[in-house]
Amino acid sequence: MTKSVFSMCGMCTVRCPIRVESEDNKVTWIEGNQHLLGGALCAKGSAGPALVADKERPQQPLIRVGDRGAGRWKKVSWDTALDYVTDKLKKIKEEHGPESVVLSSRGGPWQNMYKTFIHAFGSPNYTNHDCTCGRNTHHASLSLNGVGRKGFIYDIKNAKHLILFGRNMFSSLRIAENLQTLDMLDNGGKLTYVDVRQTMTGLKADRFFQVRPGTDYALILAMIHEIIKRDVYDHDFVKQYVSGFEELSTFVEQYTPAWAAKECGIKEKAIHAFIDDIIPVMPKVIFHPGWNLSRYKDSFYASRGLHILNVLMGNIEQKGGLIIPKGPGDCGVKGIRSLDCAKPDIKRADGVGWKYKHFDKGPGLAHLFFEAMEKEEPYPVKAWITMRHDPFSGMPDPQRQKASFDHCDLLVAIDTHYGEFSWYADVILPESTYLERESTICVQKGLKPRLAVRKKAIEAEADTKPAWWIFKEFAKRLGIDEYFPYDTIEELWNWQLEPTGFSIEDFDEKGFISLTDDPIMYDPKNLEGKFATPSGKIEMISKKLTDAGLPSLKEYESPLKPEKGMFRLVYGRSAVHSHGHTTNNPLLNELMPKNSLWINTRVANKLGIANGDLVDVAAEDNSYTGTMNAHVVDYIHPEAVYMVHGFGKHIPLQSRSYHAGVSDQKLMVGKLDDWDQAGGAINLCESFVHVRRSVQNLKRRVEL
Amino acid sequence: MNKYMIYLNSKRCIGCHGCEVHCKSVKGLPVGPFLCEIDHKAVPSVKGFPKTEFTFRSCYHCDNPLCVPICPTDAMIKRADGIVYIDQEKCIGCMACATACPWAIPEMNPDTNKAVKCDYCMDRVDAGLKPACVTKCTTHALKFVTMQEV
Ligand code: SF4
Ligand code: SF4
Ligand code: SF4
Repeated sequence: MTKSVFSMCGMCTVRCPIRVESEDNKVTWIEGNQHLLGGALCAKGSAGPALVADKERPQQPLIRVGDRGAGRWKKVSWDTALDYVTDKLKKIKEEHGPESVVLSSRGGPWQNMYKTFIHAFGSPNYTNHDCTCGRNTHHASLSLNGVGRKGFIYDIKNAKHLILFGRNMFSSLRIAENLQTLDMLDNGGKLTYVDVRQTMTGLKADRFFQVRPGTDYALILAMIHEIIKRDVYDHDFVKQYVSGFEELSTFVEQYTPAWAAKECGIKEKAIHAFIDDIIPVMPKVIFHPGWNLSRYKDSFYASRGLHILNVLMGNIEQKGGLIIPKGPGDCGVKGIRSLDCAKPDIKRADGVGWKYKHFDKGPGLAHLFFEAMEKEEPYPVKAWITMRHDPFSGMPDPQRQKASFDHCDLLVAIDTHYGEFSWYADVILPESTYLERESTICVQKGLKPRLAVRKKAIEAEADTKPAWWIFKEFAKRLGIDEYFPYDTIEELWNWQLEPTGFSIEDFDEKGFISLTDDPIMYDPKNLEGKFATPSGKIEMISKKLTDAGLPSLKEYESPLKPEKGMFRLVYGRSAVHSHGHTTNNPLLNELMPKNSLWINTRVANKLGIANGDLVDVAAEDNSYTGTMNAHVVDYIHPEAVYMVHGFGKHIPLQSRSYHAGVSDQKLMVGKLDDWDQAGGAINLCESFVHVRRSVQNLKRRVEL
Repeated sequence: MNKYMIYLNSKRCIGCHGCEVHCKSVKGLPVGPFLCEIDHKAVPSVKGFPKTEFTFRSCYHCDNPLCVPICPTDAMIKRADGIVYIDQEKCIGCMACATACPWAIPEMNPDTNKAVKCDYCMDRVDAGLKPACVTKCTTHALKFVTMQEV
């Protein structure tokens, strides 16, 4: 009999709404939710059943028996594994205090479960992967608008012009956003794309600025300059909601389009033509403030600049602009209950909140724990639990990280697949795949807020468990299970839904519960109280930054030029992989088994590198080298080389991705400490690499 | 006359290769055969920057399919509505069809050692649904067109 359930995809962290059919516990069909996506799904989404069937993911809990990283494991039962972990945690708590345990997760809508656990255990040290993703963008928005990265949604469908700085949206794929953008283009809207290389997104654009790597901020400053100079910004909006506009005007006077054109290596005329294009369609112009902007040393300020441009457009709470997401309260509905436990009143080990007061205390900054681990300051870190987070794949310099993690007595990895970190850990607790597990109910804020939930489509094939069960079992063993008031997922769902008056059956019709029939908009003339800055205004000058000794309007500094024979390493995503999560998926591996090195034709010619040749890519200090195929193209800046992130994994049990391609993270030797003091994120595009034609290209002449 | 065809709106296609996996997944195909393929070729540059034309290719479901008469077991069948499909019961995997087809469309399924090719997802079409690649195209760029009878 065919069973059909609505659920949420889990192949990447966009979590698209899906509908899954199964027969005899085998998935036979997955499609994008017809009500929200009209069926659309990407390659990764359709490769879900291949993930379930893959025997190269952990099939039961494993405890390490050899040295860390040696790959010798003992298969154990869940009871044994959970007892092992919790006994160790108790001992560490006794000897070093509860704060010596860190839990890092991927982030996302379910993080309050992990946060609740670590707080209830007694540690303030919850963190997530965002220091290698959206932290700069988040802090940029907070410093200006008083609300974080998720404080706005973008009404792209109704926009007339969308500007993307390095946001390669047609490869990173958020299907709903992609559909909106293509609808906008179909309706005559325009797309401007800025990047160091041509991408699938650039191919759809009406205007493409190929800039010198690291000069985005220059172009942004010139755009601000020109909009103020031509006096076309939204005066009423600025007058009503903005403080510090005078300082901004004075600051950008020096940054003319002529200057930026030279700095970025683009045409001045093109900048003027771009401004001409957007003036008639304001305020339906969206400058996307970036997503993964943990890139250059000034990405935080670039993101602030993009937010400032939106402010100048006066596009906030306008159709075709930036919209403040609405929640249950706006619909006159009570919100759901969520697992929660107050953060213990102990200093965070990463320094966020006391040493670094200008950062959001929520998840802190994962990379700042390493110094703490090494120096045991402010106190020792003795255990680290990762929840679907792979520090070695996400953050630079895994060699250095390993040395730091060796200060820990316990490393636990919870994930569906083997990661580089789990391979080094002491215990692997395999989570069921997203098709085999449920998740807690979450609120999806927006123009039309809704409740969403993941339901399992099939029973787990291997001896794996869902996160809600794993954390409950931890909590029982550690005597903190009052924070996890359920035994079954149905009990948890009911407890969450109780205040709302909805029941879990209400998800059956469409896969979500819509909290309103019509989109909710605030009055754009009456947005007082929506900007949670100290003054309630959108602040060009942020006191938090000033107090931290940091400028709010930062003078532009030209990025370093690579030395001869060296290149700036830039990374990105492909439409067929979710970073390191999917490189071993049979169907996706078939499409892209390894990454290649994009290099400019002119410089490749000089180095004697032809398209397809093997090249050696070495870290700045030559301590790590990877060999990969060159992809020689005209449309990448000669100072940069590019690779898709997530490859170069060395996990023998993943036969398809073992040693396939090169890891950008491993090439970033010494770069764990290269981070943005103002934005908090790691500067992942501030590494330089050597590139040479590999000796492995030689044809072998002797065969014995 | 063929009743159906698949049309690709190149303006919307983003070359994400989703359709290829949607197809493999609905047909339960292992690593190896692809029943459809997305290709993109650079077209003469526009204002100095390359643009791309996307093409989608599955089986052409020819009016006079060369793959049909060559099949020694009558496994390759053309339906009245034009769909050309392989009866998996009858196929012996000799791959004569692939040799006869001008584009070598039929491929060997290494799991079954029989030929496979696009059948316009006829089970879905007969149930009033659209082919998998069309239903799930990431950007709604693929359309399943039913020709008007004249
Ligand atoms: S799924 Fe759609 S958008 Fe993606 S490659 Fe296929 S036709 Fe193009
Ligand atoms: S397999 Fe080849 S010959 Fe047969 S119908 Fe398809 S395209 Fe035509
Ligand atoms: S119509 Fe069906 S069989 Fe043919 S290419 Fe599309 S998904 Fe594959």
